[in-house]
Amino acid sequence: MLFFSFFKTLVDHEVTVELKNDIQIKGVLKSVDQYLNIKLENIQVLEEVKYPHLSAVKNVFIRGSVVRYVHLPAAAVDTTLLEDATRREAAQAAAKAKQG
Amino acid sequence: MSSPEGDAPSRPDEPLDLVRLCLDEIVFVKLRGDRQLSGRLHAYDSHCNLVLGDVTETIFVVDEEDDDDEVKAITRSHSEMLFVRGDSVVLISPKPQG
Repeated sequence: MLFFSFFKTLVDHEVTVELKNDIQIKGVLKSVDQYLNIKLENIQVLEEVKYPHLSAVKNVFIRGSVVRYVHLPAAAVDTTLLEDATRREAAQAAAKAKQG
Repeated sequence: MSSPEGDAPSRPDEPLDLVRLCLDEIVFVKLRGDRQLSGRLHAYDSHCNLVLGDVTETIFVVDEEDDDDEVKAITRSHSEMLFVRGDSVVLISPKPQG
């Protein structure tokens, strides 16, 4: 849930998604869901010469499972907030583990 | 461990507790596909999804042109923030300074 919420705060920012097959797609993050599937608009494929088959495509849906990295604009990330949210989520997970 | 359930002040350590202690510290991350990263850990979850800052990525490739199958390390640095999907992660380790 942490990263779902995190990505929702990054909607409308420009990100570069690197897939597990090494293709890098730069575009504006338009939406994200609980599986971290991603919708990008106005995409541009880096190294277009190597991967020409997406050159006519404007918008893409990317299945979350094929993502390796997402390069994010550092200015859009509040690291202190993110670390606090991570600690909260870890504490919740620990409490759940104790119950079950 | 012998204390009764409920009022035990300390729970057993979980593996991810080590990762929690690395928050806001420099970590070394080994990934699938002969890749490794080092950077400052800003977030993680139970899937080992990560957010790292000031990341250096090293990819190890075998140079096809060389006869002696030499492994070459390619280093790339990303100044920005990097989200890493957990299913590529092999290990996370606190990185000794220096």
